[in-house]
Amino acid sequence: MRYSGFKVIKEALSGHKGWTPAWREPDPKPHYDIVIIGGGGHGLATAHYLAKVYKQKNIAVIEKGWIGGGNVGRNTTIIRSNYLLDGNEPFYEFSLKLWEGLEQDLNYNAMVSQRGIMNLIHSDAQRDAFVRRGNAMILNGADAEYLDEAQIRAEYPFLKFDDQRFPIKGGLAQRRGGTVRHDAVAWGYARSADSHGVDIIQNCEVTGFKIEDGVCKGIETSRGFIGASKVGCAVAGNSGRLMGMAGMRLPIESHVLQAFVSEGLKPVLPGVITFGAGHFYVSQSDKGGLVFGGDLDGYNSYAQRGNLPVVEDVCEGGMAIMPMIGRARLLRMWGGIMDMSMDGSPYIDKTHIEGLYFNGGWCYGGFKATPASGYTFAHLLAKDEPHETATAYRLDRYKTGHMIDEKGQGNQPNLH
Amino acid sequence: MIINHPLLGPRDSAEFVYMGDASLIERPDPEAENAADQFHDYAYLRDNPAGELRELWFHEGGDRSWLVVTRDTRTHEISKVELARDVARSKGRSL
Repeated sequence: MRYSGFKVIKEALSGHKGWTPAWREPDPKPHYDIVIIGGGGHGLATAHYLAKVYKQKNIAVIEKGWIGGGNVGRNTTIIRSNYLLDGNEPFYEFSLKLWEGLEQDLNYNAMVSQRGIMNLIHSDAQRDAFVRRGNAMILNGADAEYLDEAQIRAEYPFLKFDDQRFPIKGGLAQRRGGTVRHDAVAWGYARSADSHGVDIIQNCEVTGFKIEDGVCKGIETSRGFIGASKVGCAVAGNSGRLMGMAGMRLPIESHVLQAFVSEGLKPVLPGVITFGAGHFYVSQSDKGGLVFGGDLDGYNSYAQRGNLPVVEDVCEGGMAIMPMIGRARLLRMWGGIMDMSMDGSPYIDKTHIEGLYFNGGWCYGGFKATPASGYTFAHLLAKDEPHETATAYRLDRYKTGHMIDEKGQGNQPNLH
Repeated sequence: MIINHPLLGPRDSAEFVYMGDASLIERPDPEAENAADQFHDYAYLRDNPAGELRELWFHEGGDRSWLVVTRDTRTHEISKVELARDVARSKGRSL
């Protein structure tokens, strides 16, 4: 069924009796050409592009719970492509371009809102670094704009410009960045994949891989064995556990990241703001809540909840740049589990096991990458070679000395 | 989280810096034939278990000792705290 304004009016006049489920609930078949493990944003996007762009048939997405119940439903919904390094920037710009055409591609309203993102700076050194980043973005076809203090005052008059320790000196803006309704991303990809014949199998947990002579033949699940010529894993947060079933150790640690939403307010914050002197970022959802977050808790965790020291740290960051946030009450807070990689960048690669492919290590930047992650993973699965924007995301890059370390932190996952 | 320091008693985990899996104590032999591969695995690959994990915490805001804390990554419950010095010595490493 195609959604349209005409369809809404027609249904409104006929008692809304013509709507059908957005996707089927099929039983698993004994064998698929391609099985994607993980019914989150990345897995569902992979299935969509495999079926629609790469014309693959006989595909299934396996999800242990319900689709969209993991990190695609637990993030802070920001999209942007303001990266510095060559291995990253073309990929994230490709992703932002896909976001711009997403709703037409999926025939689904994901509420893509290019309200702009502003990275604030507080020192001369930071200005140099951000101007350099902006130039790198422009060289890769993205948009970037340096704003001085007066220009930021005009757009965000309520920020704390004259803070004694961290005065706001300027900022790097990406006007095409913004926010997207995260749940709708999962549902839109699921509906599109399903309409192209992909079987989305929920409540089906993977319990093991069937690997013979270095070749992956399929997966063991809570609903029985499912044979597959190719298996793609996209379960970020739990990558270590899943790939451990295939005997692999990964360059990944799982960490908990907390996020927060305030009570609903009238429109106060036009775009996305990030604090340059600490780790804090904030935007306002269309429902009115201020959505914000900051650092990881910093220790390995699979518990989807964090501890109070980071709550305090995030709130201090908020107060340092936007004191009016102190008048808003906190409505909700939650934690999500991140695949923190050793250099802060992700992996989209074959494994040493034939027919087994891996997508993960998204740290806490996975949401914005969803379309490009799905597209490039689909490319890898269909053609057995990496997409041109994802050639750097190899699992063996530490061995060959090709780390993609945006922050220059080294192999300390909780610092990326 | 409260870490029960073997020398100082219960301390807030915010006083500590986290360094990850305590297997980092067991550094590979740099003279070995495959030392480069071993050091790659040592520096970059992790078991990353969902469950009990032995991990290094540095008491930066305290007595600056390194601890080996055994903690469940699913519940954050801490079941054992040792001085990293004692653990390293028990493995034949001198400090």
